[in-house]
Amino acid sequence: MSTALLDIHALRQTFPKADGGELLVLDGIELQLVQGQIVGLLGRTGSGKSTLLRSIAGLMRPSAGTITYLGQPVLAPAPGIAMVFQGFALFPWLTVLENVQLGLEALGLPEIEIRKRALAAIDLIGLDGYESAYPRELSGGMRQRVGFARALVVHPNILLMDEPFSALDVLTAETLRTDFLELWSDGKLPIKGVLLVTHNIEEAVLMCDRILLFSSNPGRIIREIAVDLKQPRNRLDPQFRDLVEKIYVAMTARTTAPLRIGTVATSIDAILPRVSANLLSGFIETLAAEPYSGKADLPVIAELLHMEADDLFPVSDALQMLHLAEIEGGDIKLNDIGKQFAEAGTDDRKKIFERQLLAYVPLAAHIRRILQERANHVAPKSRFFDELEDHMSAEDAEETLRSVTAWARYAEAFAYDDHSQTFSLENPT
Amino acid sequence: MRLNVPISVGGWRRFFTRWDVVAVLLILGLLVFFSEASRHLLQPLTELQRQPVSLDPVNLPEYAARTTLRMLIAMALSLLFTFTYATLAAKNKNAERLLVPLLDILQSVPILGFISITVVFFMALAPGRVLGAEFAAIFAIFTSQAWNMAFSFYQSLRTVPTELVEASRTFRLSPWMSFWRVDVPFAMPQLIWNMMMSMSGSWFFVVASEAISVGNTTITLPGVGSYIALAIEHRDLAAVGYAILTMLVVILIYDQLLFRPLVAWADRFRFEQEPGALVPHSWVLDVLRRSRLIDRLTRPFASVWRFLLLARWSKRTEPAERELSTRHGWVTFQWAAIVTALAAVALWQVVRFVAAFITLSDVANALLLGLATFTRIVVLIALATVIWVPIGVWVGTRPHVAERVQPIAQFLAAFPANLLFPIAVSAIVVWRLDPNIWLSPLMILGTQWYILFNVVAGASAIPTELRAVGVNFGVRGWLWWRRIALPAVLPYYVTGAITASGGSWNASIVAEVASWGDERLQAYGLGAYIANETVAGDFHRVVLGIAVMSFYVVLINRLFWRPLYLYAERKFRLG
Repeated sequence: MSTALLDIHALRQTFPKADGGELLVLDGIELQLVQGQIVGLLGRTGSGKSTLLRSIAGLMRPSAGTITYLGQPVLAPAPGIAMVFQGFALFPWLTVLENVQLGLEALGLPEIEIRKRALAAIDLIGLDGYESAYPRELSGGMRQRVGFARALVVHPNILLMDEPFSALDVLTAETLRTDFLELWSDGKLPIKGVLLVTHNIEEAVLMCDRILLFSSNPGRIIREIAVDLKQPRNRLDPQFRDLVEKIYVAMTARTTAPLRIGTVATSIDAILPRVSANLLSGFIETLAAEPYSGKADLPVIAELLHMEADDLFPVSDALQMLHLAEIEGGDIKLNDIGKQFAEAGTDDRKKIFERQLLAYVPLAAHIRRILQERANHVAPKSRFFDELEDHMSAEDAEETLRSVTAWARYAEAFAYDDHSQTFSLENPT
Repeated sequence: MRLNVPISVGGWRRFFTRWDVVAVLLILGLLVFFSEASRHLLQPLTELQRQPVSLDPVNLPEYAARTTLRMLIAMALSLLFTFTYATLAAKNKNAERLLVPLLDILQSVPILGFISITVVFFMALAPGRVLGAEFAAIFAIFTSQAWNMAFSFYQSLRTVPTELVEASRTFRLSPWMSFWRVDVPFAMPQLIWNMMMSMSGSWFFVVASEAISVGNTTITLPGVGSYIALAIEHRDLAAVGYAILTMLVVILIYDQLLFRPLVAWADRFRFEQEPGALVPHSWVLDVLRRSRLIDRLTRPFASVWRFLLLARWSKRTEPAERELSTRHGWVTFQWAAIVTALAAVALWQVVRFVAAFITLSDVANALLLGLATFTRIVVLIALATVIWVPIGVWVGTRPHVAERVQPIAQFLAAFPANLLFPIAVSAIVVWRLDPNIWLSPLMILGTQWYILFNVVAGASAIPTELRAVGVNFGVRGWLWWRRIALPAVLPYYVTGAITASGGSWNASIVAEVASWGDERLQAYGLGAYIANETVAGDFHRVVLGIAVMSFYVVLINRLFWRPLYLYAERKFRLG
């Protein structure tokens, strides 16, 4: 039992940046997957967990460190490691059967065997009768079943799952999870270990034997949590709730997560969460109103607002960053300014927001200062983009500029014209 | 349907890169090489030993079959070119840097220019035989088909969704298998669409490529093109009528037997599924699918194909990304060295050529002539825009009308303008009109339809909701055009106009000189210049004319169409 299927040691993953430097995505990753375990990789967007999965799949080479699968280093896609994708990644021009057969054809097996195994996998995963359907004719849930069948048919030792349920609606996702866990517990699946990437905390607690929590930018494993609950697990079980709460606390705690994102931004190179000012206002209002009166448990409010952790954290990050709320021990609490904001009218809200934005978001203050210094009060977007790109990837830089633009527009701190791609101090009058 | 821009619109920050320079040099060098090689080979060839083309309509079916065969062979070659050239460009970063600008410049070289230069070369490959002339004709047709197909395939390969690529790699498909299982299917709908366009376009050049005289060499291959040329020479209106009828029938047969089944079959390769989109049907495909006989006949081929598909040509699976980049530096260096050397050879050839044969006044003259043709094209495109955009919008916003108009417009685009020369020339002669003005419409005769059917496509793509908003707020008249219709069709219009403008340059070589029997009319322009020098067999001036024309086309594409396209794409793209 204790032989490791997969052994990752001191893994580091970097991407080249536009200026020739390197962007650190994963750092110091240590991970063992032993037989019979489902290990969850839980973290926010930008924690590099998908990158880790792709490295294990042999789609990327480690920048440093090693990935060892059954004693062999993984340098190219290895036989025995299969993947289930978030967006299903089915070939629309192949039928269900052909999609499932694809991996076997690549192995060069005889046709009779290919057919036999494909039909068996289709049968196992509950796709009987859909063999000749094209993916477009199927619902999301059925499509992901094809994704599972296609991965299982090659009898992999390790199944990699990249947020396999996140593109599905709540009920479908739950059915698929339950079906998968049932087959897994009954030992009907031809796999020995599973790595599951997710940002859904409850999903991780529901499915995994071990959960690794990732920090963001760069991705590091900040904590390992063992889940000793028996399958099938019950979401309402107090022990289950405790674990969920514990993970929320861990993921929002400042001490354990020295993140550039999510805490106070100290320099312009902070990646800003992509949250609209409207969402922030709405969240503050909900938080200020009864029954919360300015303070709420994060998992509870997430449940109420139907937000997953990945939707919720950017909001709590933004509120914290703007000094409108504080987070402690899995609770979010409005401060005095946050409460003022909740009671104010539209114009006053904008004023409060502007004050907080310029005081606590260095990038916003920076852009405003440059615009004031310039005689015509105009500056091209590329000027700031290049500056940001020295510290982050091009996509993050783009996102961050978009966030700061959206906030500044709400606060009327400065304007942006997408046609000429320039920032300016003038708003149309 | 995704828009398929017929020019490269990547890397828009700079309008001309050093890779473009290399591409221009290589093509110029090649043209010079061919013309030099041909000059020495050019001698009166013995009259081709075969029956002369006759105007008897009884021969037309045979001629049509021969012409069709040429077009099909050229199409097969174009596919081969597409699968290799575009794949190399898409998969190899080093190759991409050169191949894409090369393709962009190649597209702008007038096709009829290719014919005049290569015909003697190909004839020399098989002296005194029909084969050489056939090669030349097929090559000319190939040049009118291949570029846009390769371009579309390249663009498709670049946009294969990442997850599909990753899936094919984790399941360790061999490069061969993933090419046929992933890349080709993904690119298929766009490719077929471009094959249809290519087939239409090549009709125009069939007429020019079957009957051609370069210097003392006159070639008339039996085919519809030669038939038309002869009919024009003999002022035989009835024969022109027969030719038109034959073309109509051939185009219909093509459509029913080849393209419609292909389109219907390729429907399953469509990646994005717009709801409510009509599923194309083809009775031929239905018959083929249901027939047991066909099934039995094709089964051996199917299993051979399956065997080939599954064959593992190499045990190698694609290594992880980083490994590719470790050897990157050295390969890039070698590659750059080879390209530099080739460019240097090309440059040397061009310089030698220019120094020996071309005077400054020649160049100035050609540029001036080009300006005349340019002016004509600008005016014509503007006119076509004013006429076809409103009509296209009107048609496009009425689905039932659009359904009927689209195939007609596509047929008209295939219609070779040469067939209307009799009417045009007679009219000009009878009314003593100025050929400088009245020959011009022939240039845009075949190409204006691209504007029409792109605008129709754009207008039918306006979401119903947006139109409903217009109705709801009472947006009418000029305001409706300015705020809703025109912005919505702009990206589509630009795509159509790029094709139309490029096609018009090509057509100018045929259209600026027209004859009807002994009556010969000529306009002042670069097209007439190239046509005349071709007949005179003066290769240096032909090369000069072609180079100047390509220069104009590239210049307009880069300075005008590309920025306009990017602007339209950014600002007015719906969804």
